[in-house]
Amino acid sequence: MTVLDRRTLLKGAALAGTGLALTPWLPAWAQTGSAGIVKPLPTMLGPDVALRIAHQMITIDGRSSHAIGINGTIPGPLIRLRQGQVARLVVTNDLDEDSSIHWHGLLVPFQMDGVPGISFPGIKPRSTFTYEFPLIQSGTYWYHSHSGLQEQMGHYGPIVIDPAGEDPIASDREHVIVLSDYSPLHPHAIFRKLKQMGGYFNYQKQTLAGMLGGRDQPAKERMAWGGMRMDPTDISDVTGSTYRYLVNGHGPSDNWTALFRVGETVRLRFINASAMTIFNVRIPGLTMTVVQADGLPVRPVTVDEFQITVAETFDVIVTPSEDRAFTLVAESVDRSGMARATLAPREGMAAEVPALHARPLATMKDMGMGAMGAGAMDHGAMGHDMAAMGESAPAAEIPVFDPSHPEDPAQAGDAMAGMNHGAGGMGMRDFANAPGVKKSPTVQTISPMPVDRTGERGQGLEGVEGTVLTYRDLMAVHRNPDVRAPGRSLEIHLTGNMERYMWAFDGVKFNEITAPISFVQDERVRVTLVNDTMMAHPIHLHGHYFELVTGHGDYAPRKHTVNVLPGGKVTFDVTMDAPGDWAFHCHLLYHMHAGMMQVVSVRAAAGDGA
Amino acid sequence: MRAALLAGAAWLLPAAAYGQAMEHDHASPPSVEAPAAPEDNPHAAHGGEPSGTALPAGTAPPPAVAKNWAADAYHDPAEMGRVRASLWKEHGGASFSQILFNLAEYQVRKGGDGFRWDGKGWFGTDIDRLVIKSEGEGRFGDGVESAEVQAVYSRAIDPYFNLQAGIRHHVSPNPSRTYATLGVEGLAPYWFEVEAAVFLSAKGDVLARIEGYYDQRITQRLILQPRVEFNLAAQDVRENGIGSGLSDAELGLRLRYEIRREFAPYVGISYDRSFGDTARLARRSGEETAATRLVAGVRAWF
Repeated sequence: MTVLDRRTLLKGAALAGTGLALTPWLPAWAQTGSAGIVKPLPTMLGPDVALRIAHQMITIDGRSSHAIGINGTIPGPLIRLRQGQVARLVVTNDLDEDSSIHWHGLLVPFQMDGVPGISFPGIKPRSTFTYEFPLIQSGTYWYHSHSGLQEQMGHYGPIVIDPAGEDPIASDREHVIVLSDYSPLHPHAIFRKLKQMGGYFNYQKQTLAGMLGGRDQPAKERMAWGGMRMDPTDISDVTGSTYRYLVNGHGPSDNWTALFRVGETVRLRFINASAMTIFNVRIPGLTMTVVQADGLPVRPVTVDEFQITVAETFDVIVTPSEDRAFTLVAESVDRSGMARATLAPREGMAAEVPALHARPLATMKDMGMGAMGAGAMDHGAMGHDMAAMGESAPAAEIPVFDPSHPEDPAQAGDAMAGMNHGAGGMGMRDFANAPGVKKSPTVQTISPMPVDRTGERGQGLEGVEGTVLTYRDLMAVHRNPDVRAPGRSLEIHLTGNMERYMWAFDGVKFNEITAPISFVQDERVRVTLVNDTMMAHPIHLHGHYFELVTGHGDYAPRKHTVNVLPGGKVTFDVTMDAPGDWAFHCHLLYHMHAGMMQVVSVRAAAGDGA
Repeated sequence: MRAALLAGAAWLLPAAAYGQAMEHDHASPPSVEAPAAPEDNPHAAHGGEPSGTALPAGTAPPPAVAKNWAADAYHDPAEMGRVRASLWKEHGGASFSQILFNLAEYQVRKGGDGFRWDGKGWFGTDIDRLVIKSEGEGRFGDGVESAEVQAVYSRAIDPYFNLQAGIRHHVSPNPSRTYATLGVEGLAPYWFEVEAAVFLSAKGDVLARIEGYYDQRITQRLILQPRVEFNLAAQDVRENGIGSGLSDAELGLRLRYEIRREFAPYVGISYDRSFGDTARLARRSGEETAATRLVAGVRAWF
């Protein structure tokens, strides 16, 4: 029987040398889709690794489509390195277009960072580039293309760097879990559709049926949101309507399976390699102890669920003590689909797959009205005022100027009366609240009262049962390497316009910037990211770790990517210790492509500073 | 700082203790040995003094802007320049296009069925676009009764609205006319798609048009679109059968099903009526001044 043969073979590979007897226990009711794929990603052991980028097919849940892979797989092979080695990664580009590999989260010399146009010229078709750098850190990382939209097509893979000595995080077994999103549509087609219609992929919009069925906002609130041209269902730009959500390249029906033996401590290295998808991750029946964030150790936090934004990594420890299967669920934040895998003591097992949660609706807080306090701001009161505001600007007047336009006091005056609840004003596009932001059509809204939301659960997790990780729960195991006070502070606004699908920092798209954000080498700066949009943005700084200012003093969690919740803000301190030019961008691929990107320049203090 | 990290020792010493804790007790979260700060007062990690992120930031001025590109020291600056230019353009500067027929329909009319279209196409960047618009109607057998084409330059003037200027050519009825046009188009509060324009002919005639529609989603794919269009004139244009004031209006209600976003067949009803002098002119030439039509068509874009 071929199934048995394959199973035997795979079991042999996965539990090599354990001598565990094969028990083909597979009741029919446990089968969902395939019997499960117990196939760990191929591993390339460093320090010398050869990688080949090429077109290939990918088969997800039985359907094949075109993709870009590395060494023939999607995700690419697990690159396993050891701290203290000098890695030599020889990358050959077999595509007909330029390509590149960026080592996400690795502290490398800038010219090895792999961003075409910033760190190097890219890798031309049919040519090879050799990356060489010392490995000064350990942990879970990943790599991906920084050329065009190749990452969406499968051009990514995991990296694990083992510590030079004994691993402080002990486990009996580990599995790398690469979460990603895949669409049979070409990424250029996805981007074009978003430009043509921002809500193209959203099939969870508010409807008449939804309102009558009680799934949507009540009429009054909906009117108020309509008056502001804000869609509370706009959680993800690209959704399960076109995406399949993958675990290690396998779809939910493929049921990728990670094996364990009862009682083992199992380390799961989660990497969100998605182009556009923030995931909510849980394993019903198991608690997870988070021990590492973005590759660096954190004090263990035990949770039932955590949100992993695009490009983050989290290592968790689970200790399954029952002889049964567990379903690993990673729901997309807009609840339009899920990635699913199984943790099981044997191949061919499956546990119940829970139904998707109800889709979340954005709140006033997501519009940056957080500081008003829940009581005063809750939908009733605010909704009423907003509706009143809208009535003074009937559509038939064809307002050339948005009634909430602050530049035009004559129009804004009366219309805004209902919004002015005291200090600051509550205009949804009041540039007085963001003096550094360029007044342009790129900026649809400006958060009037953004608040630090690092102590809050991510979107869609507000009401779920159990313990959910927040950024405030994270605390570094080791004292931060630089505990100086920041010499200065810097505020950067995350801005966008969903209607035109424009995204930018401070209202200036990357193609419009005239100067990089400049730093003097080794200066320590406090950076506050203010989210003026109604979507979360995973912001990534290349070449540096930053310390989140979340109340943990010199044990602040250090990250390379931080999710800034809608209408919220995040503050971090960073020591700009790596000279060179670095990319700084939103890691939602199409946001970056639309212009939400900048160059960060770090130059030695001495001399001309240039 | 990097050196500190590289030193590595900081990583390994507490690490070992941590690892042991982990092995001893799987069920509860392992405790962390040195250099643990007191959990209840993490701000005061060492000697009770605030440290690290607990410290306030200074007010130093930002440094001068870097004047060169670091990679030029490692790679051919000309090649870097080319790649940099394409990187910049690619991230925010690309051009796109769309052709949309909001109406493309068959009309059931008294005395001979007809057809109608209303569409536009745009090409350009986020801010600057060339827009071609066309609308018209006709009767099977008689051909096109009325048709126009506009070519306008469109510029985004706020997050939702575009200012548009260009020309409008009215092909029929004869005689054809060409107008200069100035208008705005965009998304009004409450999700109304609206468009308003004035037209100035070479002879000095001034016309205006206001139109708008709203997509009421009944389900995710079933959408009811009420639509209105008003045409106005500042003076009589007798040869075109247009009287001053409100000349005509269309009220439409169309129910479409989005098989795909880009392809949605619909059925609906359209009520057309002419007013004032326009109606008088129509009556004089034996045309009807009000009509209710059943329509069926496809809303499509690509």
